[in-house]
Amino acid sequence: MTTPGTRPPTPTAPGTGVAVENVVKRFGAVQALGGVTLTFPPGQVTALMGENGAGKSTLLKILTGDHQPTEGRVLLDGAPVSFASPQDARKAGIRIIPQEPEIIPHVSVAENVYAGSLPRKAGRRLDRAELRRRIHADLTRLGFEKVIDPDQIGSELTPAQRQLVEILRALTGDAKVIAFDEPTSSLAENEAEALFALIGRLRAQGIAIIYVSHRMKEIFRLADRIAVLRDGASAGVLDAAHTTEGEVVRMMVGRDLSSLFVRQDVARDEVVLELDGVTTDDVTDISLRVRAGEVVALAGLMGAGRSELGLALAGDRPLRSGRITLDGRPLRLRSPKDAIGAGIGLAPEERKAQALFLQRSIRDNTSLVSLERLRRMRFVRSGQEKAVAQDFSDRLRVRTPSIEHEVRKLSGGNQQKVVLARWLLRRPKVLILDEPTRGIDIGAKAEIYRIIADLARDGVALLVISSELPEVLGLADRVVVMQNGRITGELDRTEATEESILNLAMADDLAPLDAAPAPAADRPRTDSAHGGPR
Amino acid sequence: MTTATTSPAETGKAPEKAHARSPLAALGGQNLSLIGALVVVLGLFGALNENYLSWSNIQVIAEAATITGLLAVVQTVVIICGGLDISVGSQAGLASVVSAMAFTSAGSDPYLGMGAALVIGVLVGIVNGVAIVYGRVNPTIATLAGLAAYKGVAQLVSDGRAQGYVLNDPVFVFLGRGKVAGLPVMIWILIAVAVAVHVMLRYTDIGRNLYAIGGNDTAARLAGININKYLVAVYALIGVVAAVAGILLTARTGSGQPVSGSEGLELKAITAAALGGCALKGGKGGVGGTLLAVALLGALENGLTVQGINTFWQNVAQGALLVTAVVIQQRRNGERAVGLPH
Repeated sequence: MTTPGTRPPTPTAPGTGVAVENVVKRFGAVQALGGVTLTFPPGQVTALMGENGAGKSTLLKILTGDHQPTEGRVLLDGAPVSFASPQDARKAGIRIIPQEPEIIPHVSVAENVYAGSLPRKAGRRLDRAELRRRIHADLTRLGFEKVIDPDQIGSELTPAQRQLVEILRALTGDAKVIAFDEPTSSLAENEAEALFALIGRLRAQGIAIIYVSHRMKEIFRLADRIAVLRDGASAGVLDAAHTTEGEVVRMMVGRDLSSLFVRQDVARDEVVLELDGVTTDDVTDISLRVRAGEVVALAGLMGAGRSELGLALAGDRPLRSGRITLDGRPLRLRSPKDAIGAGIGLAPEERKAQALFLQRSIRDNTSLVSLERLRRMRFVRSGQEKAVAQDFSDRLRVRTPSIEHEVRKLSGGNQQKVVLARWLLRRPKVLILDEPTRGIDIGAKAEIYRIIADLARDGVALLVISSELPEVLGLADRVVVMQNGRITGELDRTEATEESILNLAMADDLAPLDAAPAPAADRPRTDSAHGGPR
Repeated sequence: MTTATTSPAETGKAPEKAHARSPLAALGGQNLSLIGALVVVLGLFGALNENYLSWSNIQVIAEAATITGLLAVVQTVVIICGGLDISVGSQAGLASVVSAMAFTSAGSDPYLGMGAALVIGVLVGIVNGVAIVYGRVNPTIATLAGLAAYKGVAQLVSDGRAQGYVLNDPVFVFLGRGKVAGLPVMIWILIAVAVAVHVMLRYTDIGRNLYAIGGNDTAARLAGININKYLVAVYALIGVVAAVAGILLTARTGSGQPVSGSEGLELKAITAAALGGCALKGGKGGVGGTLLAVALLGALENGLTVQGINTFWQNVAQGALLVTAVVIQQRRNGERAVGLPH
């Protein structure tokens, strides 16, 4: 052991951290960042906050070389840098710890850490002795020797250990800046605690830390500074010691709603869909009701379990307990076929992966779930099929020269309209729309809002899952907010504001975290995280 | 296409549209190039050997291609829904042995012999389907296992030898040698199976669902299609048609053949399907293209034989054709050359 076990907590090199200056990023006509200037100083944890779509990911990707800024520049230790690729940024000392790091499953932690630059003997053979010496030296130098076993195999690692491997990769590469992207979303509480302790240590070593998270409690525990992005611009930087959750939320929201929405009151009294204590592998104790003609929005952050609830209602996820009632009759959904038969339709989150047959025509895609009404014996009545597909394609204004065109040739907005046409033709009683306007342009968005309004007027019970708060507020008669697979609140249209929704969506239920005893950072972890009392 | 019924999902009356597409466009580019290749092959060997294009030789080509054709047609179905069956040759061999042996032991009852073969075919197909769907075995692996196992079963029951003799029976003779309206019965059987499968794929909701399953299985499931049921049924269909192929093999050769006559048919069937335009990842393909490819392969094989070219070279040519067909497909799909293909 040649290197000393500990190091004084001083920066490895005097630096000013990383900064962006007037960074603009456009994707085609869409502006993701509109002139952001922010500094991430060394030895400090800077939390990066903002709504979905505020530009956090884009900014991270620019810092880590995944994207190049359209305008403006990135400064590292005061000098302008330009990264052509993530490899460039990594070499310069900027690392990102993704939520799910790439781990090679069948090799050891040590080999994972040095993957790509493994020590070799002559003839390209792995130098195991040197590998062992190096990993022990690095683990000791970094104070990690009791946290992870270098001989453990990649596939056996827990999510927390996977992140640890990624952090080790960063540190052995002399990182100056480490960005964490929602690191705790896949971690259990004790694992999160270990991570927080580790981040504290990294900060003491003088590393600039960027911490992206939606969880207020974590932010206020860890962060020195809180930088808020809104609509692709910096809304301000707050000193974490002298601010409140409320102030952060206010800074994150606060924009006027566009006039894209068709406002109407067509909800009737009869309850169409009723969930009572629905529990699946992903969601817990969900109770809600949707009336005919009512638009209920499911709000929450990504990973709150909303899409999974949608899939459960579409018969694609088994219920552990609870009851789904449609028009007063209890349903037993064993497959999507049952759900469609009962009158529940789902336009899923990933329309290309989950809904569309890209190689098939608009006609085929539209008629697929209604074929049993369009056939005689088992023969599809093609004249009638063409007529109805054309009719719906016209009514939804799908822009295409012919309904015989392959769906893959359409734009995202028109593809989404084909998915909607499929369900309009089927006429379900309940239609679940998961992120109906994700990734489509503003004109198509407005058209889809109009279609949703028309459906409500026809008495369809609508459940809209959306991560865009203006959309939620513009569409919904009622907003149900979820977090971590549970409903954390329900807001009437009159009560719902971006602020009230965000407060419920981020209502941190990691309450025991504060009361938890000393972190288990330097004890070997045991797998006791699951099934503990909530 | 401006008129539209004002009430949305009214499924009553709809104006019939006259759809007049040009016959060339209806054929499609893939089929046109196959026809082109077929013309070239026929022209080339026809020029080299004057008997090649005689009516009797063309019938020889057609008859030789019949059994391959049957297997290629059902291979097309399974490839369309994203699967593969490389055990078709062994299935046909097993059915051939069973038909001849059941025929003999039932006191020369041809219908019992054929019935037994068809039952075995269905069972074998269901075993494949169940292993793939419920055992979660990759289709290539499951049917590779079948390729070995069914051949083994056929050899076990037959002791590894040709079994029975059926050419004393008029029904088998009719199947193997008979003619109806100037065409061999075997060809009529192929036509019947091909038309039936074509109609199913093209004009029924079953066909739509099969294309959907192969095109995007997640979306198909969420659209309420019972994927498992369909896949098991498709493998059962393969079993039945492979059994028909096995019966014809028996009728042609006069006895039950465990291996000779059926070995290598899976390669021909898959090559024909791929050449005929089936995307090996599913969702695309049709009977027409496959049959053209069967004709092309048959014409090529016969031409090489007529020219006295070593059969070993014919194997090489076939392997090269299969890979070439897939390379062309992948190029068309714009598949990137990184890592292992899907």
